[in-house]
Amino acid sequence: MTTAGYINLIIAKYNYWIYIVLMCIGLWAMIAKRNLIKKIIGMNILQTAIILFYVSIATKKGATLPILGHHDAGHFVDYATVINPLPHVLMLTAIVVSVATLGVALALAMKIYNRYDTLEEDEIHARVRES
Amino acid sequence: MIWQLEFIILLLVVVCAFAALKVRDLLGAAVLFSIYSFLMCLLWAIMGAVDVAFTEASVGAGVSTVFFVAAVFRTTRRSRD
Repeated sequence: MTTAGYINLIIAKYNYWIYIVLMCIGLWAMIAKRNLIKKIIGMNILQTAIILFYVSIATKKGATLPILGHHDAGHFVDYATVINPLPHVLMLTAIVVSVATLGVALALAMKIYNRYDTLEEDEIHARVRES
Repeated sequence: MIWQLEFIILLLVVVCAFAALKVRDLLGAAVLFSIYSFLMCLLWAIMGAVDVAFTEASVGAGVSTVFFVAAVFRTTRRSRD
C-alpha cells in the first residue's frame, strides 16, 4: 500500500481509530489505575466503546430510522434506505448488562472499603498480607 | 449524519473519558463520567440508534451516576491516582 493509501485509511476511517483509542483508555484504566472506583469507570468506558463500535457499523449513508408507517405495511421495503436495527437491539441488552455489572462492582468495592478502610489496591494488598 | 458534529462530539467523548480517569476527586470523576455517558447518548442519536440513545440517557447517564455518587458518598472522595 502506498503512503497516500495509508493516509486515506487513517483519515477516511477516523471514527474507528477514535473507538480504538477509547477502548485503550478503558483497558489502561482497568490495568494501571490503583483506585477501585477508577478501575470500574475504566470498565464502563471499555464497554461503551464496544457498544459504540457495534452501533456505528449499523449505519448506512443516506439511510433513515428503521421505523415503518401504516402505508408501508405489507409492501416491499428497500433495505438500503433503513438503518440495520439488529446491532441496536443487541447493544440495548449490552447496556442493561453493563449497568448490572456496574452495580455488582460498586457493591463489592463498598464491601472492600468497609473491611480494609481504603479503595487503593496496593494498600489493600498490604493489609491482606499483614493480617 | 453531520460528520463535523459527530467528530466534535467524538473528540469531547475522548477528552471526558481521559479527564474522568485523571481527576483526583472521585465525585468529580463521577460527574465527568456522567457527561461522558450523555455525550455518548448524543452520538447514538446522531447515528440513528434512538432506542439505544434513550436507554443510555436514562440508564447510563442517570442510574449509573446515582450509583457512583452513592458509592462515593458511602466510601471516600479522595483518590491517590
